[in-house]
Amino acid sequence: MSTTTLDTAASPAAPQAVAEAPRRVRRRGESSPLVRAVVHGLLVLASLIATAPVAWLIYLSLGPDKDDYLHPGAIAEKMTFSNYAFVLQHTNFFKWFESTMIVALGTTLLGVVFAATTGYAVSRMRFPGYRSLMWVLLLTQAFPIAVLIVPMYEIFSELGLIDTYGAVILVNCSTIVPYCAWLMKGYFDTIPVEIDEAGRVDGLTPFGTFLRLILPLARPGLAVAGFYSFITAFGEVAFASTFLLDDQKYTFAVGLQSFVSEHDAQWNYMAATAVLIAVPVAAFFYLVQKNLVTGLTAGGTKG
Amino acid sequence: MTVALESAAARPGGGQGRGPGLLQRLKHGYQKYWYAYAMIAPVVVVLGVLVGYPLARGFYLTLTDANSLNSARTIGVNHIEATYQFIGLDNYKDILFGPTAYDRFWSHFLWTVVWTALCVFLHYTIGLGLALLLNRKMRGRTFYRLLLILPWAVPTFVTVFSWRIMLADSGVLNQMLGALHLPQPQWLEDSFWQRAAAIMVNTWCGVPFMMVSLLGGLQSIDSSLYEAAEMDGASAWQRFKYVTLPGLRSVSSTVVLLGIIWTFNQFAIIFLLFGRTSAPDAQILVTWAYYLGFGQQPREYAQAATYGVLLLSILTVFTSFYYRWLKRNDQLAL
Repeated sequence: MSTTTLDTAASPAAPQAVAEAPRRVRRRGESSPLVRAVVHGLLVLASLIATAPVAWLIYLSLGPDKDDYLHPGAIAEKMTFSNYAFVLQHTNFFKWFESTMIVALGTTLLGVVFAATTGYAVSRMRFPGYRSLMWVLLLTQAFPIAVLIVPMYEIFSELGLIDTYGAVILVNCSTIVPYCAWLMKGYFDTIPVEIDEAGRVDGLTPFGTFLRLILPLARPGLAVAGFYSFITAFGEVAFASTFLLDDQKYTFAVGLQSFVSEHDAQWNYMAATAVLIAVPVAAFFYLVQKNLVTGLTAGGTKG
Repeated sequence: MTVALESAAARPGGGQGRGPGLLQRLKHGYQKYWYAYAMIAPVVVVLGVLVGYPLARGFYLTLTDANSLNSARTIGVNHIEATYQFIGLDNYKDILFGPTAYDRFWSHFLWTVVWTALCVFLHYTIGLGLALLLNRKMRGRTFYRLLLILPWAVPTFVTVFSWRIMLADSGVLNQMLGALHLPQPQWLEDSFWQRAAAIMVNTWCGVPFMMVSLLGGLQSIDSSLYEAAEMDGASAWQRFKYVTLPGLRSVSSTVVLLGIIWTFNQFAIIFLLFGRTSAPDAQILVTWAYYLGFGQQPREYAQAATYGVLLLSILTVFTSFYYRWLKRNDQLAL
């Protein structure tokens, strides 16, 4: 029934839109060549600034000596992939990759599970303590790392968790779960309540409604929460630098620092490692960015 | 289901005086809300264990003189018990009003405020400018957009190192400035230029998020509003002022709040740009607290925790005022 009413409602509107379209397009394209040149010029300049540091890193990673960054002109004549070979063969690159994956995926899994249940509860139900829970979730996102890092260090030392992946995963969750819960609330709000009601009428338990009806519908939202958790945990610096001590267990964010100490700076290896890390992550980001962007703004702009 | 629950939730406040007994009310409440509580139980437990307990513990630490010499620690097979003592509010007194308090706290506080204000201002204005440019119908729009979000796509800890190479003495930036016969500041050594470099790198990293969020906001503004404004003879500037800015208001207030919180708490950029120990003048409160707690010997745990609590209080007060102000003007999109 609803389909037919929609169809009839839409059909008279359609020709109108078609008739309107060409007029609008013509008028919008009216900007003068000068304006267009200025716009393109500004955008080209901004794009150059945005890409230059990354491009420079790639260029430097091809220079074989650690002081090549001081004489960039010389690199062009002696370009080589030797830095990459060295990094892949003689450093802990793959160990770091393993650690990073364990930490990032562990955080993602925990973050998404907790955020989904909480997000659903705060989206669908009003219960005593609702407002304070929302306030706590909002405030936890504002926690500076300085508040938690000292007591966490003490607690983890007592529990013998320093230098374990578990410690980093747990600490990451403390900031990621509240944000993802907000995100998921925004997404669940877009799923009509009637679906829950239909499930209940058909005899599903409340948990059944959540697991069998709502979760499958919320898959795009879950994906966004997952991408966000993964990218955030991947790039986390402070906790990983403090809690991971063994250089076999470093995540990339810590490992990359180890190329540059006060005594010796191996910029060429650092650059090669950085490129090896950045390329897959950036590729992943570009694959999911459409979802990520709409998801983040939906979480932010829907009440 | 939800409707019933919502109307029920509104009631308890009014009928509390003459309702049934406490036990019965608890039972009634349990029957009505058990499901909601079961759903939020995991997160409450997680937040309680991961945030609440450390917070309480950290607060207790601020009342002691704990450092790495008197805390519980294990050296080899020997376990040494903690010997730090309760000293009341002395840490707060010392940090806020003690001798050299200006050098240790207030100078960093002022710099943090300047840093946050400047960075968010630059993020927002540059982000809005680029979003307006990208919102035009033109060739290559998607391509520009993809290039412009690159700083967001590459992890911060990678790009900061790239900046560090470029900003080094006789790095590429200074070589270019030299070729143009401009002064070549010591970006990573001189305290003023350290601050300038930190703001520059943070701006570079933060603009794409603002740009993309504001672009989303721009695209959600109804184009008929612009047509109506044009029909009424509004100039481009008037259209921007009376259609675009009000249309962006809810997105803006949200991203500005997020931007302020993130910038205030920004750790990775300053920490990585200057290394673990150098550049005391460029440290904002967060990184300075980290330096006190983990970057020096002996580690001053109690001092670092006190900075943490002070930071959290500043942020809480700020966020609640901002939140209330926006609620009153009905502008927050959260």
